[in-house]
Amino acid sequence: MKAGSNLEQVLEKGLFAVTAELGPKQGVDAADIRHKAGLLKDYCDAMNITDNQTAVVRMSSIGAAIIVRQMGLDPVIQIVCRDRNRLAIQADVLGAAAHDVMNVLALTGDHQTMGNHPQAKNVHDIDSLQLLQCLKGLREGRFMNGDPLKTAPPKLFIGAAANPFGGPLEYRVSRLAKKINAGADFIQTQPVFDMDIFKRYMEDARERGLHEKTHILAGIIPMKSAAMAKYMRDNVAGVILPDDKVNRMANSIKGIEDKEEKKKRQAEEGVKIACEEIEQVREIKGVHGIHIMAVAWEEIVPKVVSKANLKERPKRLPDN
Amino acid sequence: MPEAAVETVEKREPQTVRAAEKFEPNIVAFCCHYCAFAAADLAGVMRLQYPANTKIIRIPCTGKIDIIYLLRAFEKGADGVFVAGCLEGNCHFMKGNIVARKRVEYTKKLIKDVGIEPERLEMYNLSSAMGPRFAEIAREFTSKIKEIGPSPLRPKRAG
Amino acid sequence: MIVGERKPVGEIWGMIKGFRKVLVFGCNTCVAVCFAGGEKEVGILASQIRMKAKQENVDMLVIEGAIERQCEHEFIAAAKDQIESADCVLSIACGAGIQFTGEDFPHKIILPGLNTTGINVVEQNGVFAERCQSCGDCVLHLTGGVCPISRCSKSILNGPCGGSHDGKCEVNPEIPCGWQLIYDRLKLQGRLEILDEVIPAKDWRPSRDGGPRKIIREDLQE
Repeated sequence: MKAGSNLEQVLEKGLFAVTAELGPKQGVDAADIRHKAGLLKDYCDAMNITDNQTAVVRMSSIGAAIIVRQMGLDPVIQIVCRDRNRLAIQADVLGAAAHDVMNVLALTGDHQTMGNHPQAKNVHDIDSLQLLQCLKGLREGRFMNGDPLKTAPPKLFIGAAANPFGGPLEYRVSRLAKKINAGADFIQTQPVFDMDIFKRYMEDARERGLHEKTHILAGIIPMKSAAMAKYMRDNVAGVILPDDKVNRMANSIKGIEDKEEKKKRQAEEGVKIACEEIEQVREIKGVHGIHIMAVAWEEIVPKVVSKANLKERPKRLPDN
Repeated sequence: MPEAAVETVEKREPQTVRAAEKFEPNIVAFCCHYCAFAAADLAGVMRLQYPANTKIIRIPCTGKIDIIYLLRAFEKGADGVFVAGCLEGNCHFMKGNIVARKRVEYTKKLIKDVGIEPERLEMYNLSSAMGPRFAEIAREFTSKIKEIGPSPLRPKRAG
Repeated sequence: MIVGERKPVGEIWGMIKGFRKVLVFGCNTCVAVCFAGGEKEVGILASQIRMKAKQENVDMLVIEGAIERQCEHEFIAAAKDQIESADCVLSIACGAGIQFTGEDFPHKIILPGLNTTGINVVEQNGVFAERCQSCGDCVLHLTGGVCPISRCSKSILNGPCGGSHDGKCEVNPEIPCGWQLIYDRLKLQGRLEILDEVIPAKDWRPSRDGGPRKIIREDLQE
């Protein structure tokens, strides 16, 4: 066991894991964090707290994660290289570890020009690969400069993101291998809408034995509306969303006039598609779990997890 | 830079603007030797009428136009400036008229930035045989400038 | 070469309108090559300023000057009389030149007419594109000759990030993904295995992050 977090224990036991995403508000609201965590707690093994997602300033991942940890739950903090240099990152990780936060996801971060503070300076002192190396080093008792920590090292379960759908497609598995070598214990992928591409990706990964060196969790985004589907297909870099799924979302409200009914039907179709995707990825060898990113829609996670027959989560073990 | 011809524009009596109809614009026309100037010549030979406001400056090719010539023409009192060159594809020097058009478009932006209407600067294409077309261009352009009014750079006079 | 773009006339006017005699001062090296600050551009800007002044009824004398380079004392010295005679100098050299002119004439007001934007190449006539960020520690041998610091919007050393799509950067589809370019180049050269190694965290000290830089060559000093 590298850290002994709930997520790690579930994965090490060979059980199919479920992680979910919690998005903090653009402000100070601890009650909101507790509320969202409460919605998710029985339906996932760990919950990711996003870090200034899409370069929009929100309560920090670590701040919210501490609240979640104090509820006895297992948060995954996300660290984007866009916003902090190596000094701040190492300090933040040690700070989080002091609050018993163990799961860390190393990310590059969406470019700040796409967010709400486009005037900001880029940091990117280190990139996600170097961050993985840094986290591994800290866990082994070393700062990035090689100096030893002056205390017992932090317990860290290290994660990385993978995008089987980004360009160049043919390089993506090599990039996954690189991240594993750098220290990724678990991987959460970008949303899997295009099953063909994902199957080929996993085949390639298995060929290189990568599925045995790390735990791959397939990303799932339940779509709330046809508009959201179209937006993701056309505007979100690195997401491949096949037209037939966009059409299904649009067709779900064909001939419906009532606004409330429209909302209901689109949500139902979105959940339906998500569950189909979950069923499909469960069949793929090497996929050890799913990561549900219900963006601004945390309340739908229980429904998706139940419908996908994953409601029975392994009992959370007491903290080590 | 053909200073002499432009200075003539400057030394002309300043126009008093009593009413719009009385306004006689100063027009400077940069004409390429091979086409536009020949056409202007032909118009003269054919006794075609076109406004005397048009001061023609002969240049070997419109590609010779440097942006500063156009700006100086306005600085020195032109109300309107046009560049006339060969038909596209028929420039005597291959692409002179093409680069000229690009420079004219760019200069329109430069004068707009300092409050001068970009319509005061235009480029036309014609062949040496098109005497009537030259006269037409001179007439149309002059009447357009009359409508727009005197250049904002003219000394302001009491109405 | 170093490139820049002329500041908008409105912004320039705001800086100079209070002065009686303005010298528009150009540089005939880098900024002339990119048609932003050379002798010709001095003429154009001076003309525009005169036109603006006339309309605003401001009594302003605009004189024009240009030297070979504004980054060397000897060249600046040659323009001493012009500079001294002006109430302010509107320099359209690069940022280095504008400052250096000011260093040689510290009692004169030197104003920037140009926004310096970087070290660029001429991709084609009229298209100047950034290629180098002067990070002080070149890694081109590790990336097939394409710079990840300047051509990747996030300057990452182990790319591409997840936002690369169809060879374009997530920031703007006009920007080619730097890492796609690196990948394509190495693939062309049959050297993709170079990408298997993680390039370690960069030492940013040789870059601007380490403080303003200076190179001293004793063999060249007097």
